[in-house]
Amino acid sequence: MSTTTTPPNPFLNGLWRQNPTFVQILGMCPTLAITNSVRNAIAMGLATAFVLVISNGLIAAIRKHVPKQVRIATYIAIIATAVTVTDYLVKAISIPVYKALGPFIPLIVANCLVLERAEAFAAKKPVIPSMMDGAGMGLGFAFGLTCLGTVREVLGAGTFLSIPLFGPNFEPWVLFLLPPGGFISLAIWLLVFATFRERKQRQLQAGLTEIQPAEVRS
Amino acid sequence: MNESLGHIFVDSFLINNFVLCVFLGMCSFLGLSAKFSTAWRMGVSVMFVITVSGILSYGMNIVLVMLHVEYLRLIVYIVIIAATVQLTEMFIKKNSPALFRELGVYLPLITTNCAVLAVPLFQTARNYNFVQSTVFALSASGGYCMAMCLLALVRERTELSDISSLARGTALTLVLASVLSMAFMGFAGMGGGG
Repeated sequence: MSTTTTPPNPFLNGLWRQNPTFVQILGMCPTLAITNSVRNAIAMGLATAFVLVISNGLIAAIRKHVPKQVRIATYIAIIATAVTVTDYLVKAISIPVYKALGPFIPLIVANCLVLERAEAFAAKKPVIPSMMDGAGMGLGFAFGLTCLGTVREVLGAGTFLSIPLFGPNFEPWVLFLLPPGGFISLAIWLLVFATFRERKQRQLQAGLTEIQPAEVRS
Repeated sequence: MNESLGHIFVDSFLINNFVLCVFLGMCSFLGLSAKFSTAWRMGVSVMFVITVSGILSYGMNIVLVMLHVEYLRLIVYIVIIAATVQLTEMFIKKNSPALFRELGVYLPLITTNCAVLAVPLFQTARNYNFVQSTVFALSASGGYCMAMCLLALVRERTELSDISSLARGTALTLVLASVLSMAFMGFAGMGGGG
């Protein structure tokens, strides 16, 4: 956590300082799998944000009644319920999006970000801050997905939200739509953010830094 | 669907490798592949969990369809997986305390590995029969284990090389994974026959 005296706003914390994609490196599977177009990335980000808000709220509401030994199982059951709701909701809103996201909506259950927030935040804090944290983390996740989706769609298909950006002579760099492009564009984004962080760190001088290194969690 | 067993095997082991082509089980793939010994052990325990939970979910799915409560599928599958992980943990703890100490932290994490949940979901979506499901679970998890080992071996080699401090860590791992994934794209041509 930061060394500042005021506790960080849970909403902004998730959106930027502890951004799930670029700082915490959590929830990598959807980040890499369905960011081949901006529309899918936004839809996936919003679906995850929705699940996070519901599950964080419910878990915070019952946090005092759950015995410590069975808490993980309880959290997973609550998350699975929220995901089932989302699954049917997306199906009802838009069939094309549902088909594009495919198995990755049910797989939000196994997204480590959701369980991590339940364990790290919702299990200890009241309902409203937990829901704020869920919304912040979810939108931060959606932001990360959109960043990645933008790079991949612009380079891989020459379009942004299906609007052609370049002239008819543009030769799409198809590799970016394929799996290797996912890995490489996330690597590029991480390098960009690492450069920013190192520059800031140098400005703050050694010893006074309050930026945590990116940490890989499973 | 009437896919031959050989086709299912080649498809899920190489062409649609769970890790490198479908992006499942990313967290453990990036997080636990720093050392070959860890990666290998993790791969084998995930293989065990996937195969057992795949078979159990196949049975449970029949019950769910019979009772017309398909909307409970996701919850039931995740409970099966959590139970399987717990059983595996108890089994290893009893039979091999040394291995249990080494795997300790990683074992409970298998529950939130999306590769484990994806196997029952995919086998239900594709209407595989029992034998097909078992082969699918085995080959998909074998593919996961292989990808883990491959990346771990490459990462061990980069330990000694001189890499800019900016790129060390996840960024480097992602670049390596991207190269591996490019190599696996070469297998895409093998699936033409169907």
